Amino acid sequence: MKRSTQPPFWLLFGAGGMLSALVGAMLVFLTGIAAPLGLFGAGTAFTYERAAAFAHQPLGKLAVAAVIALFLWHGAHRIYHTLHDFGVRLNAFTWLACYGVALAGTITAAVALAVV
Amino acid sequence: MAARRPYVRPMDGWWRRDRFFLKYMARELTAFFVVAYALVLLAGVIRLSQGRGAFEGWLDGLRSGWSVALHLVLLAVFLFHTYSWFSIMPKTMPPLVVSGHRVPAWAITAAGLACAGVASIALFLAFAGRPR
Repeated sequence: MKRSTQPPFWLLFGAGGMLSALVGAMLVFLTGIAAPLGLFGAGTAFTYERAAAFAHQPLGKLAVAAVIALFLWHGAHRIYHTLHDFGVRLNAFTWLACYGVALAGTITAAVALAVV
Repeated sequence: MAARRPYVRPMDGWWRRDRFFLKYMARELTAFFVVAYALVLLAGVIRLSQGRGAFEGWLDGLRSGWSVALHLVLLAVFLFHTYSWFSIMPKTMPPLVVSGHRVPAWAITAAGLACAGVASIALFLAFAGRPR
């Protein structure tokens, strides 16, 4: 019997969907709006020192990697299955265009975080 | 030409026919925005690994009007994603039974939204609450 390859992808989709639903909006607000505009004074200032200190801790690395990787896998899975709804034929190319981007992004993030 | 021409219901724009399908499509399309935000963060991590100058260039980019406008759109889409994720959760999770009664859908949605609120406040305090 051929085993389905779906469960691991579905799991990553679900984990990414849950994480983004829980803290995604606040993350966007903090990193993309509050910090760049300095809305809450020095406390939210986004500086090289702060970011580097955070990314130097193992837990900080894990948190950043989890957000980037799980958001990418969540999006890849959802986009892949929505392509079908738009009448796009699913083949190896569309599979790579979705999950390949997530895989490449995950590896890139892991390498960058290891170097930081 | 006696070829049969059976009626085939066209499927073009099927999702625009019905409010239910429109909601489904809106929910699915949030995925593009989630990926976009992940790529913004990925760029930041790559820049961080390249040192101070590179990372400060990325920060300058975040301060541009285009970036702030993009993040306002992202914020709206993420809020919708949070709402839609927990509204379909009663259908995507196995039935939850507490003391013989099935937990109603609205309670699952409300609990999910409450968790998102608590998690977001905790994240805000961790990021902005500490005076430096």
